[in-house]
Amino acid sequence: MTTTTTTSPGLAAVAAGFSRRRFLVLGGAGLALAACGGGNSAPGTPGAPDTGSGGASYGGPAVTIAFWNGFTGGDGDVIKKIVSEFNAQATNVKVEMNIYQWADFFTKLPAAVSTGKGPDVACMHIDDIPTNAARNIITPIDQVAAALNLQESDFSSAVWQGGTYKGQRFGIPLDIHPLALYWNKDVLDKAGLDAEKPPMTRSDYESVLAELKGKGTQGFWVSPFQFTGAFTYMSLLWQFGGDAFDAGVTKATFDSPEAVEALTWLTSMVDQGYSPKNVGQDADYIAFKNSKNAFNWNGIWQINDLKAQDKINWGVGPVPQIGSQQGVWGNSHQFVQLRQTRPDQNKVDATRYFINWVSQKSAEWATSGKIPAKLSVAESPEFKALKEEYSLAPEAQYVHFPPATAGIGDALTELYTAVNNAVLGKASPQQALSDGAKKATSILQDNLKKYGA
Amino acid sequence: MAVTAETQVGGVAAPVAAARRPRRASAPRTGRRSRPLTAYLFLAPYLVLFGAFIIAPAVYGIWISLHDYDFVLPFKPWVGLDNYVSLFTPGSRDFGDFWQSMGATGIFTGLSVPCLVVLPLGIAVLLNRKFPGRTFFRAVFFLPYVLGVAVIGLLFRYILDPNVGVVNYFLGRSIPWTTDLPWVWVSLVGMTVWWTLGFNATIYLAGLTDIPRELYEAAEMDGASRGQQFWNVTLPGLRPVLVFVVTTTILASANMFGQQLLLTKGAPGTSTRTIIGYIATEGLSSFRMGAAAAMSYILAIFLLIISLVVFRVFRERQDES
Repeated sequence: MTTTTTTSPGLAAVAAGFSRRRFLVLGGAGLALAACGGGNSAPGTPGAPDTGSGGASYGGPAVTIAFWNGFTGGDGDVIKKIVSEFNAQATNVKVEMNIYQWADFFTKLPAAVSTGKGPDVACMHIDDIPTNAARNIITPIDQVAAALNLQESDFSSAVWQGGTYKGQRFGIPLDIHPLALYWNKDVLDKAGLDAEKPPMTRSDYESVLAELKGKGTQGFWVSPFQFTGAFTYMSLLWQFGGDAFDAGVTKATFDSPEAVEALTWLTSMVDQGYSPKNVGQDADYIAFKNSKNAFNWNGIWQINDLKAQDKINWGVGPVPQIGSQQGVWGNSHQFVQLRQTRPDQNKVDATRYFINWVSQKSAEWATSGKIPAKLSVAESPEFKALKEEYSLAPEAQYVHFPPATAGIGDALTELYTAVNNAVLGKASPQQALSDGAKKATSILQDNLKKYGA
Repeated sequence: MAVTAETQVGGVAAPVAAARRPRRASAPRTGRRSRPLTAYLFLAPYLVLFGAFIIAPAVYGIWISLHDYDFVLPFKPWVGLDNYVSLFTPGSRDFGDFWQSMGATGIFTGLSVPCLVVLPLGIAVLLNRKFPGRTFFRAVFFLPYVLGVAVIGLLFRYILDPNVGVVNYFLGRSIPWTTDLPWVWVSLVGMTVWWTLGFNATIYLAGLTDIPRELYEAAEMDGASRGQQFWNVTLPGLRPVLVFVVTTTILASANMFGQQLLLTKGAPGTSTRTIIGYIATEGLSSFRMGAAAAMSYILAIFLLIISLVVFRVFRERQDES
């Protein structure tokens, strides 16, 4: 999610350290890691009691707090700058930051926390919070939210509610990063189309694509992979009135008629020749940057990558409305506090101070290609000055996050596979989604048993 | 990755030594047999490491496979053999994915092992001749092996991209190298062969230099052609090395994971997701460590049987000769 190209998720990091002949070694390490499992307190045990200053300042003795995150892309530079600014102005608090690949982060974190070597504070995605709360990696921070005087009205509802699990707050929202429409102005210009006004409705979008096709350009490359095909599909799914799961997240519903209609529309882009067949990983974006593709639905985090090049002229704005309502895929980074085997009140206070301080700085964080989670910051002059990012602010009204349910990533994988099969023409949208939803439902049922309803 | 390469290069010493042993065994034994304790003492450090990092985790893995195991959760329910039974029960959560992934690994192993046994042998025979620039070419063939799987995977993903890759650009066609069957297998096997053939070639080379020159001279005196020399001198001389190469190549191919993760992400659908890929996802992403451990054991048993068959085949050949 944080990389400037679109390759971060899954197990890439595991593979990076994985040679063909190292399986035994790795297997051994995994088992040794498993053997370290120590922490046995029940999930949701509250952190240290609230006796601190409420995060406005820190008046205790000198402490060093550890901060982990997965900001390996361009946002890594921004967070480094924010942390060094914090360290420069804070007395008695020093933040030491470690940046890991997200995949590494989520394998290291549980082991570190259960051996008492976990960080004090971390950032994770909104849909990682329930899994980590259920697995007792992170602790409730209702008191932090109260001490910092944060309320639902300070945020958009979805981002605020997403930070909770079983009625307790585990995350303090930092940002929102939705999908956006990028358009290549050069390609539109060359085809004699209005490069300043991208099509925003289904009929406009389709007619522009037809015109582009007539001029020899396949204007909307559809990726069969999670980045960006599955994110595009999920946006459409909500636009067509469907949802990936039922309200209680006990059953996958991405085989509903609306869901099938949405995927059918997406695969029709390939069938009608608006997209080439067999689009490889990242090829949609590479083609876009090389003026072979006109439209790319990609994350807001690509803004800086496009700003860094001068090969093409481009625009960015909210994704078009293809279905009957507005909707777009998004995610959110949130601050979490890690469970400590020996809680230290001073560190808890210092952590709050740090979270509060960075929250105030979220306009600066937004320069890495994000929308600030806090409404007051999202409407501040500083954020409005970020022209590209600010143009996506309306999406915060109708953005959908992956549901806040423990183990949701396991079920979403089946949705990604379904999109892959359908876009590559290996199965009809109906068939691919039915197969995927059936598997996803059984995974959801298993997870309900494992993590409790 | 550099570390891995070193370890693997270091590992070459073992098979070569093994290759030498039979010939030396005929020399009269003058070994000191008086103090077995000394031998045990020297072996102890390895035994400790072997016990702590191989035996103990392996046994602990069996224990894990008998539970619904997630190491951070306080409650790890005992499920007995359920994790194993479900792998053999059609319709269970893992049955379809597990056997599909085993099949994918089987396809990859079946295609890559012959290439990785035969091609490096030919290259080693060529590189064993004396010609100007020999050292340079030895380096050229070994060099890709030094690169990590992440580098190789990303490199080939861009080279082989169906629409924007350079290979299709020169071919003037749009072959789905990374997204459709059977091309994905051609790509995965091809890139793995290019990447790792230097390792096997190096082992063959070490084995070749170990075949006494006199045998070739004698064969030449008897009027044997180049081909006959290869079949009757080179190949028999390489037999111990061949066992090593075949066994390790099968094991390495069966453990393929990084290539498919980076190049195809399992596409189309989950067709190229290998068994290690599936075990890693279930164990490390879904935290179903009990199920993943059970799958690992089934895979291990398969590999054990295959290794035994390989040893068997080569031993019988040795007995014949």
